[in-house]
Amino acid sequence: MTVDPKKWRRPLALLALAGLVFLAQNYAGAYYVRVLIIVAINAVLVVALNLSNGFTGVFSLGHVGFMAMGAYISSILTLPVAMKATNLNLPHWLAGVQLGFLPATLIAAVITVIVAVIIGWPLMRLSGHYVTVATLGFLVIVRVVLINADSYTRGARTFSGVPPYTNLWWAVGWLVLTIYAANRLIRSPYGRAMIAVREDPLGAQSVGVSILGSRQWAFGTSAFFTAIGGALYAHFLSSFSPAAFYFSMTFNLIIMLVVGGMGSITGSVLGAAGITLISEFFRNLERGGVVLGVRIPPLYGMSQIVMAVLFMIIIVYRPIGIMGQKELSWSDVSRWLSARLRPPAAGTADTGRPVGRGVSGD
Amino acid sequence: MLSTGNYILQQTINALSLGSVYALVAIGLAMVFGILQLINFAHGDLMMLSCYVFFFLAAAGVPFVAALLLAVLAGALMGVVMERVAYRRLRGRASVSMLLSSLAVSIILQNLVILVESPQARSFPAPDYLSTPLRLGVLTTSTIDVITVAAAVALLIGLTLLVTRTRVGIAMRAAADDLMAANLVGINLNSVIVFAFAVGSALAAVAGFLWATRVGKFDPMMGFLPVLKAFVAAVIGGFGSLPGAVLGGYVLGFLEIFLIGFLPPGLSTFRDALVFFILIVVLLIRPNGILGSTEGEKV
Repeated sequence: MTVDPKKWRRPLALLALAGLVFLAQNYAGAYYVRVLIIVAINAVLVVALNLSNGFTGVFSLGHVGFMAMGAYISSILTLPVAMKATNLNLPHWLAGVQLGFLPATLIAAVITVIVAVIIGWPLMRLSGHYVTVATLGFLVIVRVVLINADSYTRGARTFSGVPPYTNLWWAVGWLVLTIYAANRLIRSPYGRAMIAVREDPLGAQSVGVSILGSRQWAFGTSAFFTAIGGALYAHFLSSFSPAAFYFSMTFNLIIMLVVGGMGSITGSVLGAAGITLISEFFRNLERGGVVLGVRIPPLYGMSQIVMAVLFMIIIVYRPIGIMGQKELSWSDVSRWLSARLRPPAAGTADTGRPVGRGVSGD
Repeated sequence: MLSTGNYILQQTINALSLGSVYALVAIGLAMVFGILQLINFAHGDLMMLSCYVFFFLAAAGVPFVAALLLAVLAGALMGVVMERVAYRRLRGRASVSMLLSSLAVSIILQNLVILVESPQARSFPAPDYLSTPLRLGVLTTSTIDVITVAAAVALLIGLTLLVTRTRVGIAMRAAADDLMAANLVGINLNSVIVFAFAVGSALAAVAGFLWATRVGKFDPMMGFLPVLKAFVAAVIGGFGSLPGAVLGGYVLGFLEIFLIGFLPPGLSTFRDALVFFILIVVLLIRPNGILGSTEGEKV
């Protein structure tokens, strides 16, 4: 072969992914397409969360607040003008605005980043437990504002009529972009600074790394993609209320993050996919019905319990999650492929577990 | 219509009552945090579970005082079980793992109650004489406000004696001060930690009862907001410090009541947001709280 495979593997992988999306969109059942969309949206959210909680060590419980902002702002912008007139009570300059999905999503994400940087200015100076409680406080503030800003959000009532723009293409497209951006950020000097701050704040500071600066970078980028995840989610559900963006959503994202491995982008995607599929399975079970010939009564709350128990088992027995801080890299893929495709050479160890470059360099 | 002076007095009673509940919850959080550096999210769910225990005992015809005592006992017991099951084996790990574990415990407890009982709120079967209006001159209050303050004061005195005069109390404060050193001088950490969980959870159970009587109803999610506010109280006072937690509880009670009382009505619906806004401000100007030690927690 004369072509350099390194040059082609990315476009080829993207092409293969596009092919898979095309196949799923056209041949998979509607239910499975919906599940895949949820997987992709959750993966966007968890990768974004990982930038803050995993790579920077700022353990935020407030990201769902950013998600809610992304969802509500983008939905106010895309809601058809007629719906705006009947459902909301917007100021004049906003009432006649109706944007497409992409501009609405981007505007929502930019506004969210501005808010994140403003609240990050005080919050990112805190460390350890304080930042966790303070970010949870931010989530409560967002919820209170959503419920009280009645003329913009319909308060605690359902915000409905949002055009269902989110399809598998949008969700997977944003996921690819999120992974790309997160990966680039982590391998940039800013990302190295984030990891240094996580590992040893004092040491990082002493060699000239700005703790506040690197945390703000992570927090802001994280808020940007979290808002995009929120916008995708809103235009997927098409009707939602502030209750969708509160503690149980926070907990679900945290489970995905921890199960996948805090500090691994690959882990975030795997965690999001695995937990979404498992919880979808149990959600179906908890509605009751006949499963494998056994009649099961409706058991509401069951799926959350199973998730939480699973989560505790992971924390106790594999606290680093599926991936730890490792990433799946191209060399892993090619090693795996060559081990499978060529006749096994003597002594080739196939551990079956991807061994990647440790991001933190450990 | 009350005069301004009387209005302030009236609000002071409300603030003392609310602050008492926050203080009782905050102490339990601060005790556990002081020793284990754990923010126990499931603390509020002990409030909730004790309310359910009380509810079922009362429904079964158990007399009020016995039902209340049993509910408090059950709260303490559940706190101890929680420590054994969810936190003990995580001791010494990265501090975030216990926090995550407490989130999981919280979710499990809430959903167990939803599963076994129902997600709907129930009205709380407190005796009527606890919620009768009480007239003190021009002021109107409710018996529950007076009882809340009295109960909190009595419990706080008892707790002070417990942590300053008894061996286990002194050992607990030693462990909170320096876990390793306490261990080195022969303090049995397990028993100290069990003690902290038992006492803190019993106080949470009392607070749960007072809270549910105040609100008139209880539901599986009832612990979430009080416990978050108790965090804020504990942080305001200086996290890990017991007097700080009490002080923070009352400061928060006063801030909350007086903010609602004096803000324009349009803004008073934002009270929960204001509480957390205060938290952020406090963390900025005095990250170790009013009575907190001066450990470096701020970057």
